[in-house]
Amino acid sequence: MLASASDTATASAGPLVPAPFRLLAKRRETADTWTLELEPRHGTPLEFAPGQFTMISRGGCGEVPISISGDPDEPERLVQTVRAVGLATSALCEAEPGEVLSVRGPFGTAWPLEEAEGADVVIVAGGIGLPPLRGAVLRMLAQRERYGRLVLLYGGRAPDQLLFGEQIQQWREQGLEVLITVDSAGPEWIGHVGVVTRLIGRAGLDASRVLAMTCGPEVMMRFVVATLADTGVQSDRIHVSIERNMQCGIGVCGHCQLGPVLVCRDGPVFRYSEVERWMRVREL
Amino acid sequence: MTDDRVIAREDLDALFDALHRCGYTVVGPTVRDSTIRLAEIAGTRDLPAGVTDEQEAGRYRLAQREDAALFGFNLGPDSLKRWQLPPDRTVWRARRKPDGELTDFSTDARSGPAGMPDRIAYIGARACELHARAILERVLLGGNHPDPELRERADALIVIAVQCGEAGPTCFCASMGAGPKVTSGYDILLTELLDADHHVFIAATGSVRGEELLAEVPTRRAGSEELAAARATPARAAEQIQRKLDADWVKELLYAHLEHPEWESVAQRCLTCGNCTMVCPTCFCTSVEDVTDLTGEQVERRQQWDSCFAVDHSYMHGGGPARQSARSRYRQWMTHKLASWDDQFGTSGCVGCGRCITWCPVGIDITEEAQAIGAVTHGPARATPAKED
Repeated sequence: MLASASDTATASAGPLVPAPFRLLAKRRETADTWTLELEPRHGTPLEFAPGQFTMISRGGCGEVPISISGDPDEPERLVQTVRAVGLATSALCEAEPGEVLSVRGPFGTAWPLEEAEGADVVIVAGGIGLPPLRGAVLRMLAQRERYGRLVLLYGGRAPDQLLFGEQIQQWREQGLEVLITVDSAGPEWIGHVGVVTRLIGRAGLDASRVLAMTCGPEVMMRFVVATLADTGVQSDRIHVSIERNMQCGIGVCGHCQLGPVLVCRDGPVFRYSEVERWMRVREL
Repeated sequence: MTDDRVIAREDLDALFDALHRCGYTVVGPTVRDSTIRLAEIAGTRDLPAGVTDEQEAGRYRLAQREDAALFGFNLGPDSLKRWQLPPDRTVWRARRKPDGELTDFSTDARSGPAGMPDRIAYIGARACELHARAILERVLLGGNHPDPELRERADALIVIAVQCGEAGPTCFCASMGAGPKVTSGYDILLTELLDADHHVFIAATGSVRGEELLAEVPTRRAGSEELAAARATPARAAEQIQRKLDADWVKELLYAHLEHPEWESVAQRCLTCGNCTMVCPTCFCTSVEDVTDLTGEQVERRQQWDSCFAVDHSYMHGGGPARQSARSRYRQWMTHKLASWDDQFGTSGCVGCGRCITWCPVGIDITEEAQAIGAVTHGPARATPAKED
């Protein structure tokens, strides 16, 4: 038996053994979505690059990949925004402050924030696709002078499904242009109604200056990419974050394949031109 | 290494004895349930003496040989994968404290649910299996996050390979550059020579461990006729190979034809049972599951073999399975083996062992499917990938 105390377990027992993180606070974002703030019980902060994910679980309830939604300049707080859609995610959302959760990672690739310097950065997010981009927004706003226009195009199903409402106001004040749309809304909604791709035309983009980052349902990203292409943005200037079934996070369980790539290892953030051929094939 | 030696048939048990003295559990082929399985064996009496296997697409039978060859068969459904990556293992076990923290982690390197022993000596590995072992090791341990338990398993393994003297009808190792001749990857290599009054094993060593082991076994220097006969053994197997696959072209061919009508045709026959993935010596997909006791205090994360033919394999919450149709799941398996594996791990995922052909209950043949999609094997002129569908 290879038994070891929990504070040394992760170092000695390999990449499948999680580390303990205490839940400090949780904030309700929508009816089914919570943002969890955690800190490591032992050891050093979890340094990460925006776009990376962790494998997170609440003891015994199954482990899920969740993109880190925190500020990369404040790694001492691990921030994850979780939508309760299944057993493991519901368990995470029901955890109470003080509890200790289990985390592996961070894993995967990051948004190309250096490559984006000097460009007009267009972020297109759908629904729960915004949290994986939040760290990128925070980093770019912290280094606002390095970028051209910063534009967030955000779509949700309905006004009460939109995330980060107050923060988005702050981001506006810090120099982020924001356009929001919902699929459907009641009369009290005075914003845009319709799919997020319709905001692309409204943003008045100079295609030659654009670097785009998009995360959302795969069908949404397909249309986003097509609309950006119609406005003249090259596919190597578009970056997508892809979701697949992931169980290991380290490229050995086989579940997250998309043709030649293992999404957990080679992604989740890809230059679209690298995965375009494979994303176009149905059921690949 | 050292010169080839000769072990008489009646002295081969000394090799088992030497392995046992060194603390190895010997795993090798043995007849169980009318099948040659891999299991712990005590000595040569457990080997399938005088038994051969008759294989065809969807068909496997044992038959009696006219001689008493110990390795006169090709392959059963098991492979070294069972020891490299156990079918069911506890990746960790922990105690859950009242605040939810998991503590007292332990793993099962030596006492997994399958009762995996510490040090394994595998006797009987064929060329295709040695290649498969290397491929699987590259997948599991070649990345940035190697699992120390699997590393330990890999390092503790001793391999006594056996040269194939006959090829089965489902073999196509030659096409995949994985056989039939064993050239590396063994500690000891045995070539069985058998005629009316002569039953010996020519033994070559491929490692220091192998030399040390062989020194424990009574041997004599090999004569030139014996050496010639040993050399002729894999050549004879090579001549018997019937099935072919054009490995040089198959990757681009499959990538160019992801919408080929053959995928629908094979899906009409495929039961999506996953047998091919279970018997494949390189298929590595696993899924994990958390298991707790009734109090929720003891938590275990279990990892089990999974199959890309299972509809849940690609399941995403909110999105359902990425691969719903049988067509897409067969396409995933075959293109992964023969094409995308190369992009993912820098090697083909197929060694041409033919197990997937033999053990498919409806006899689907990966070499036939490749040909149907266009990988004809009569030279590059016809094998050039056709234009995109």
